[in-house]
Amino acid sequence: MTNDEKTHIVPYKTQITVLIVLIILTAISVAVTQLEFGNMNTLVAMVLAGTKSFIVLAWFMHLKYEKKLFPIMVTSVVILFLLVLFVTFFDYSYR
Amino acid sequence: MSEENTQKHKSFLEYQGKYKGILGWILSTDHKRIGLLYLYTMLFFFSLAAIIGLLMKTQLIAPGHTIMGPQTYNSLFTLHGIIMIFIIVIPGLPAVFGNFFLPIMIGAKDVAFPRINLLSWWVYIIGIMIVLTSQFLGDGPPDTGWTFYAPYSFRTPTNVLPAVFGAFVMGFSSILTGINFVVTIHRMRAPGMSWLKMPLFPWTLYGTAWIQILATPVIGITLLLIIAERTLGIGFFDPALGGDPILYQHLFWIYSHPAVYIMILPAMGVISEVIPVFSRKGIYGYKAIVLSTMAIAFVGYFVWGHHMFTSGMSGRALYTFSFLTFLVAIPSAIKVFNWVATMHKGSIHMHTPFYWAVSFLFVFMIGGLSGLVLGSLATNVHLHDTHFVVAHFHFIVFGGTGFAFMSALHYWFPKMFGRKYDEVWANLGWGVFFMGFLSLYLPMFLLGMRGMPRRYYDYLPEFHGANIASSLGAWVMVAGILIIFANLIWSARHGKKTSEKNTWGGKTLEWQVDTPPSLENFDEIPTITKQPYDYSDHSEKLNQ
Amino acid sequence: MTIHRDDLGDKFGMWLFIFTELLLFGMLFVVYAVYRSMHPEAFRIGGQELDVAMGAINTVILLVSSMTVAMSLTAMQKGDKTKCLQLLGATLLLAVIFLVNKYFEWGTKFEYGLVPGSETLQELGHGTILFFGLYFFMTGVHALHILIGIGLFIFVIVKVKKGDVHKTDYIWIENTGLYWHLVDLIWIFLFPLFYLIH
Repeated sequence: MTNDEKTHIVPYKTQITVLIVLIILTAISVAVTQLEFGNMNTLVAMVLAGTKSFIVLAWFMHLKYEKKLFPIMVTSVVILFLLVLFVTFFDYSYR
Repeated sequence: MSEENTQKHKSFLEYQGKYKGILGWILSTDHKRIGLLYLYTMLFFFSLAAIIGLLMKTQLIAPGHTIMGPQTYNSLFTLHGIIMIFIIVIPGLPAVFGNFFLPIMIGAKDVAFPRINLLSWWVYIIGIMIVLTSQFLGDGPPDTGWTFYAPYSFRTPTNVLPAVFGAFVMGFSSILTGINFVVTIHRMRAPGMSWLKMPLFPWTLYGTAWIQILATPVIGITLLLIIAERTLGIGFFDPALGGDPILYQHLFWIYSHPAVYIMILPAMGVISEVIPVFSRKGIYGYKAIVLSTMAIAFVGYFVWGHHMFTSGMSGRALYTFSFLTFLVAIPSAIKVFNWVATMHKGSIHMHTPFYWAVSFLFVFMIGGLSGLVLGSLATNVHLHDTHFVVAHFHFIVFGGTGFAFMSALHYWFPKMFGRKYDEVWANLGWGVFFMGFLSLYLPMFLLGMRGMPRRYYDYLPEFHGANIASSLGAWVMVAGILIIFANLIWSARHGKKTSEKNTWGGKTLEWQVDTPPSLENFDEIPTITKQPYDYSDHSEKLNQ
Repeated sequence: MTIHRDDLGDKFGMWLFIFTELLLFGMLFVVYAVYRSMHPEAFRIGGQELDVAMGAINTVILLVSSMTVAMSLTAMQKGDKTKCLQLLGATLLLAVIFLVNKYFEWGTKFEYGLVPGSETLQELGHGTILFFGLYFFMTGVHALHILIGIGLFIFVIVKVKKGDVHKTDYIWIENTGLYWHLVDLIWIFLFPLFYLIH
């Protein structure tokens, strides 16, 4: 089998930009914890972490440039995990 | 025929690779040899665990101490469970027949990662070794049952650690096989074999492989947590430290329920191969079977809670899991309907694989329907942890996966070994086995309904009658196993040689390659144009 | 037998392996979620015991190392072997620094006796026991993955040096990179869930 898949070379510049965005997001999530949102704090932290992981998946892990199958699989696995978490809490939320 | 050509057509059994003798097997990356390695390993351990089962049934032939005491009985049912579940039925069909036939059936020369495939067998063997040390080292063999329920699994003084760690290691083997199959099916199908032209056994292997990938890590981490609990006292499942033992059950069944589908899906695949061939008729509702396979794989992930109805979950969790359990029965029922419809108006050819396949339908129906009894909340409270459960899962796991395994073994035996087995003996073995099976497990339903709990070496005198029938059945069934194995082992060595390519009149690709297959399976990768079960030529002949 | 090469297939296999890792850690997050929902206050207090600065520094270290390993792939694709080796070396170094930090961080906890099984912890109540149990177990499994990553980097660096991995065959760098990003991804969630509870 030959290796004729087209490869996308990600330029260094993009990678540096991605890193800067990630560090800024980290700084924001640290700063936000100093504020008081009550129960919202965890949600904010998770949204920020989710954004960061999206960026890592899309650019560093090249999902943006792969065949469609790959992002579809990753999304399905994340959904599967969230469903398991959700179903588990059918027990713990109502005991 | 030129020199080179004969070399090319040499069977994989005779092909001289880099290593000689036994090294040529245990270091071979040929998917067919690896499949046989798994087969031999499993037959050995199956015999061992069957003997253990027989000893347990002999103990239960009368109330009280007959041949063993409670501690021996506890460690025997633990070992029986660990071997049967982790060593036999979970790798079972995918590792043996999946390895051997998946590449051939989709028109590939090998799996995607042959070396990882071999590694997977080695990891499996290492896992087995670790599990077995639990029997000899430390303070006696584990007595927790194969489920390793917390908190007992970290409080019992017996040697649970190696058993848990061995099961953890075997998980890697399962994951590696799963990864291999998914990539093989995605990347290596023959030209023209679109997804909907793929035979059903590969389809079920595909569903299974996804479960192996997505569920096995759950048991991995759960077993690691048990290890941490035992060695470090980390407290996750220890009520004395604030942990919740029910959480262990959640995690354990998040894997172990999908694992049931790891066992049964490929069995359904085998049945979907065998029934059309011996009915000389295309499978009824190919797409429905494909869809229901994937539906089972998905929904099966969310029904784990039905193992825990009496554990103390919240009410809402109870009826959610009960509802989902009833949902997952639908795709299984669709399959049974399709198999029966395939036989309808077919031209039935009675041969050993077909006997096994139809008896599969019979026991699978009993197993499946008794599963619904256990899946409804009210009846479950009455039947939980009784012999009814034991009967139910033996009907599914042994009656389902076991019968399909036997069907597959008799179906593909001539292709794998290039020899024929004696069908009279094979059928006799099937008959004895089947009678023994029914007499062994059917009384357990009654015993369970009348309240005999599982996992005790003793019982009340009023259960004596049914237990005698059950124990005698165990002896009959083992006699059947002996006949079957003796026949197959003798035939593999001395049976009549055959190089007939298509033993049963099958249409899938494995019946178009040499018998036994050559090292690279195909001289030239075929191009697929037809559906996998196209018997239109046959029905034309009949209509004329 | 003909050598069968399928880079996309290899990458596919690596992704499937990553899924197993995601679910493995995923179940630990389930355990975390369950116990945090039972003991929110103890988890908050436990979180305050952890050193946010240390955690943040380790986060940045992992993010930078993710970038360097991604860049090493770009370098190899462009055929720049020297630069690729430098970047892989930098990633390796950052991974080691992460572990050194972790070592000191864990060391402090040991000094205070906040270790599973210790008497100090027993007195602090169930929630705290579970919090520190989870902290050690999850960061421990994560650190184990860092260790495996270090092994992988050494292996790949040797391969690049020997010329087994080159401009047209760089799947080893790509897959090792994917693994390393996974380790980063896990940490992205571990950091807020342990250090930033408020």
